[in-house]
Amino acid sequence: MTGVIKKTISSLLTVLVVSCLVFLAFSIIPGDPAVAKLGTQATPEKLDALRESMGLNKPLFVRFISWIGGVIKGDFGTSYSYSMPVASLIKGKLPVTIILTLYSFVLMILLSVFAAIYAARREGRVLDKIIQIITQVIMSVPPFFGGILITLIFGLGLHLFAPGGYISYDVNMPKFLGYMFWPALAIALPKGAMAFSLLYTGLVTEKKKDYARTAYSRGNSTGDVFYKHLLKNACIPVVTFFGMALADMIAGSIVIEQVFGIPGLGRILLTSIQNRDYPVVEAIIVCIAVLVIVSNLLVDILYRVIDPRTADSDK
Amino acid sequence: MKRSMILLTSLLVLLLAVALCGCAGDKSGNGSTITVGIPQDIEDSLDPHLAVAAGTREVLFNIYEGLVKPNSNGELVPALASEYSVDAEGKTYTFTLRKGVKFHDGEPVTVQDVVASIERCADTSNGEPLVAAFSNIAGIEAADDSTVVITLKEADTEFISYMTTAILEAKYIADPTSDPVGTGPYMFVSRSPQENIVLKSFKDYWGEKAYIENVTFKIISNPDTIVMNLEGGSIDMFPRVTTAQAAQLSDKFNIEEGTMNLVQALYLNNAVKPFDDVRVRQALCYAIDPQEIMDYAFDGIGSEIGSSMFPSFGKYFMPELNDVYNQDIDKAKGLLAEAGYPDGFEFTIKVPSNYTQHVDTAQVLKEEFKKIGVTADIELIEWNSWLSDVYSGREYEATVIGVDASSLTPSALLSRFQSEAGNNFVNFNSAEYDAAYAAAVASTDDAKQTEYFKQCEEILAKEAANVYIQDPAELVAISNKYTGYEFYPLYAQDISKIRIADK
Repeated sequence: MTGVIKKTISSLLTVLVVSCLVFLAFSIIPGDPAVAKLGTQATPEKLDALRESMGLNKPLFVRFISWIGGVIKGDFGTSYSYSMPVASLIKGKLPVTIILTLYSFVLMILLSVFAAIYAARREGRVLDKIIQIITQVIMSVPPFFGGILITLIFGLGLHLFAPGGYISYDVNMPKFLGYMFWPALAIALPKGAMAFSLLYTGLVTEKKKDYARTAYSRGNSTGDVFYKHLLKNACIPVVTFFGMALADMIAGSIVIEQVFGIPGLGRILLTSIQNRDYPVVEAIIVCIAVLVIVSNLLVDILYRVIDPRTADSDK
Repeated sequence: MKRSMILLTSLLVLLLAVALCGCAGDKSGNGSTITVGIPQDIEDSLDPHLAVAAGTREVLFNIYEGLVKPNSNGELVPALASEYSVDAEGKTYTFTLRKGVKFHDGEPVTVQDVVASIERCADTSNGEPLVAAFSNIAGIEAADDSTVVITLKEADTEFISYMTTAILEAKYIADPTSDPVGTGPYMFVSRSPQENIVLKSFKDYWGEKAYIENVTFKIISNPDTIVMNLEGGSIDMFPRVTTAQAAQLSDKFNIEEGTMNLVQALYLNNAVKPFDDVRVRQALCYAIDPQEIMDYAFDGIGSEIGSSMFPSFGKYFMPELNDVYNQDIDKAKGLLAEAGYPDGFEFTIKVPSNYTQHVDTAQVLKEEFKKIGVTADIELIEWNSWLSDVYSGREYEATVIGVDASSLTPSALLSRFQSEAGNNFVNFNSAEYDAAYAAAVASTDDAKQTEYFKQCEEILAKEAANVYIQDPAELVAISNKYTGYEFYPLYAQDISKIRIADK
């Protein structure tokens, strides 16, 4: 229990440090939101007036403290470029990124587990070799390139989906999920291939152990042995990888959003950086940090469920 | 048991997803929808008085109108005012409100709305008025229920072009963004940041009603996906595709060719060495060939220009200035030697990295300058840095950019070159120019004024203020399901003119 509290406190500190760094970064890079907003119509007087109304002529430290104060009260401030509360701006986009990440995560697990068991049961045979080669190739394709390939093959070639035909989740949920399958696949494939390798090695090692032979001799079918006995043990090293992959996928979804034209957190983040709209950038960074921390926490818990020894060693 | 459960559910998820994808691209059956791709969100504001970005103005053109509005020939035609008159002195403008015009929320347009809108833009409590030209307004009053009289401090022949300023409903004037209500052919429905802006045709529009009922402006921020989006059917139209993108499109699309209405040039900082010497600037002008730039970077299309004016301005445009400097390497080298640079020199061109067309142009320029022994280094910078360093800070040697006109008046392009102008980012300094410009603004006779403006253009060309290149071609890709696209000499995407093509 103390472990969880410790972890929560260190997580909060991480978020604080991250947001502080973002503030500092924005004070170093050239350009400010007033310049971005007024563009070529800027005059010194207009800039001054706008900076005043944005509160930009206060010292950095004061701005940071008042921002932190606002966040504690649940107020993320107002976006400079959209002139709307940051919270309501992000609220509409956060589900997109979360769903995309979870979607890819589930796909990655399904693909890797089935492929690994399929291949491990056929160890040394032709099909196994073919799967090994395919996963090696997939592993080396970065998601954004995979995304372009998927668009070309399944979108423009086979017409399974309309590239850029994103439909918002609050307009039509099934169509939204249908479209999100493809970007999720682009993220899931390379990660799934890595998970496959780990799982495959685990399964092949476990398969030769005594308890596997015992399970067979008790009359279990091959399938039962793999799913009920071997998988659990082979999973332990892979769960750590799953945890890292989940955090990585949050970042990956930002890239893939650009390829598939998905207006999630990633796109808002990029344009807000260009516009120096740092209330939005800060809020998104904090959101992502929290997502990563929560996913790590979930993996920790999952780990304890699968391997109770971890919990014991905590004491 | 467990195994088959997992297998089944996973298969189900996969199949469901794939099956549903198939219908994702479907459009509703009635053809009266169009999805227009735009490269950036309307970031700054839905408030037409505060919106400054050209990309925002071209969308808002469909929603808001002023007392007058431009047509596709660039002429100002009466809009919310059915007619207007100017007194002999040129100081008093009388507008008669058109009868029966309604806002999108059904309320009639009243003189109070007009007065409130103009006053908001003329308000000086924040330093400068929202519309700079309105600082010239001495008074505005509603003479009766359908007449508004505006008096000016000084005669200004261009004043009427600022009457395109959007008229908003007086009760929303404090904050028009939450509920954007205008009088245009389309009304605002919804907006999702970085995703889309949805408009619907306005049934009670006073003029020619829009043909297409539902319009979605969809933000395509990644230029690499424009062709895929068009071919895949998720957008029907994209203004400003590149020649390369146009070539990739299938025959399902028509490419309309117009002009971008930009003065694309290598802008030189006239205040820094060596560009403070007119001979150096002229040498650079002699070194380049606009046609060569168009051939290499724009598939050979574009309109050559020789001064800060583009062809859409009609009588103000002077095609003869294109020939002030025809490519002449020897002459260029001679001028450089005269100026004390027989072996050439080295300078940096700062180009905003988000404008591919300008980056490509800079690359061709670099090669052309090599021929006269001048080395140009290209530095790509972010748009925000360009605004603060180059445009506001004037800390640069040279930059490639396209300057647009915010209104259909020659002063929109020429006023910035006055020595003391706040937006004179090239630091051009010529007493002769200042005199000619002042004479142009002061004259009330149209022919004389035109003459003075032309004189300004000539000075810019002779003094080689900048290395003028072209007004780039604008290519609009539009599905052949639609017809009727019209180009404007301003930033405007007039969707109301587009209709479904007859089969």
